[in-house]
Amino acid sequence: MRIDGSKAQVDFGEGVLREVNVTLVEAKVGDYVLVHAGYAIQTVDEKDALETLALWKEILAAGEK
Amino acid sequence: MAEKLRFRDPELAKSIAQKIREVAPKDETVKICHVCGTHEWTITHYGLRSLLPQNVEVIAGPGCPVCIVPAAEIDEAVQLAQKGVVVTCFGDVLRVPGSQMSLLDAKATGADVRVVYGVADAVEMAAREQDKEFAFFAVGFETTAPSTAVEALGKPPENFSFLVSHRLIPPAMELLLGVGDLQIDGFIAPGHVSAIIGLKPYELFPRVYRMPTVVAGFEPIDVLMGIYMLLKQRAEGAARLENEYTRIVKWEGNPKALEMMDRAFAVTGGNWRGIGRLPDSALKLREELVAYDAREKFGVHVKQGKDILLGCECHLVIIGKIKPDECPMFMKACTPAKPVGACMVSSEGTCRVWATTATRSTR
Repeated sequence: MRIDGSKAQVDFGEGVLREVNVTLVEAKVGDYVLVHAGYAIQTVDEKDALETLALWKEILAAGEK
Repeated sequence: MAEKLRFRDPELAKSIAQKIREVAPKDETVKICHVCGTHEWTITHYGLRSLLPQNVEVIAGPGCPVCIVPAAEIDEAVQLAQKGVVVTCFGDVLRVPGSQMSLLDAKATGADVRVVYGVADAVEMAAREQDKEFAFFAVGFETTAPSTAVEALGKPPENFSFLVSHRLIPPAMELLLGVGDLQIDGFIAPGHVSAIIGLKPYELFPRVYRMPTVVAGFEPIDVLMGIYMLLKQRAEGAARLENEYTRIVKWEGNPKALEMMDRAFAVTGGNWRGIGRLPDSALKLREELVAYDAREKFGVHVKQGKDILLGCECHLVIIGKIKPDECPMFMKACTPAKPVGACMVSSEGTCRVWATTATRSTR
């Protein structure tokens, strides 16, 4: 939502905002981050997530033919 | 993101379960071991065991960071609190039994023990109340250690110190392979530890031990897919390191976090509750940060504690040797409201997870 030095405002879903320390990641506004005990520990690759799901569906479907 | 990403899709789960049945061996038992309290939660909460064939067993290894903190280190925290230091800790740690008492017991007798969401909150408290000494009880695996590193390297206030009890997961996994009668056939490696350490530390499991290893995420689809990938490897007679959780886990992990951990901590041997001493499995503050080491600052050193109370079988639950309901105390003398052992205290403890989410049909 907003980044100010090592601190960022993170939307935890449905408008729940909390300040999170982003020292450990290279995140920009709009990125999804994985938060653990108040620290972002990794950015979430949304494109990868979508591709993974699509790929699995394909693999599973291929096996049924 | 949630509406587009269906990592809880029941249809997808059913088709993976079908695939698992196809690829699972027909006659022999397969034992898959995970080492993460959150994996255990996903597995019992969503009843994933009920989707697996009878001969595919999923056991929980030492994946609860709070459960494996030895009593001696709880005793150190209690001593700090009794010396008038404000001890800050995660909520889970409060009720973990020490040799004589837990931090909650210490608090009940007047010590200042405070629960924080993360180490940053503890540092903030210390900056606000400069007339008091503060210590943060730094418990957790590689997921949590980087946050401690950030604060330790970030010049905390002079009235702040750390009681470091961090532990490392790969040495514990290696230990499990040495437990002769456990006979594990595959590892589900923990997703969020791996977000930090990456894949490389697991390389030895397939290479040296011929142990199929898959890093998996925490949604039901992730875990099922991880099980499927392991069984597929087994069917092929292969032992590989695979990553199911690509949206979070990169080969190199989180280099920035690893670099900060390395600057703040040295790797050392450490005791694990119910397991004993494991070489190169714990972290301690580096020499240059010794001013922030609560053990040195206040002369608190407990060598030996009483880890397991009489009748408690946490030591067997922790390594996945028995299931919680095989412990005679489970849900009798030991309940979430009145826990006897550490595995019932923490929300990530196997006993606690089973007590709160499992039913007869999902165990």
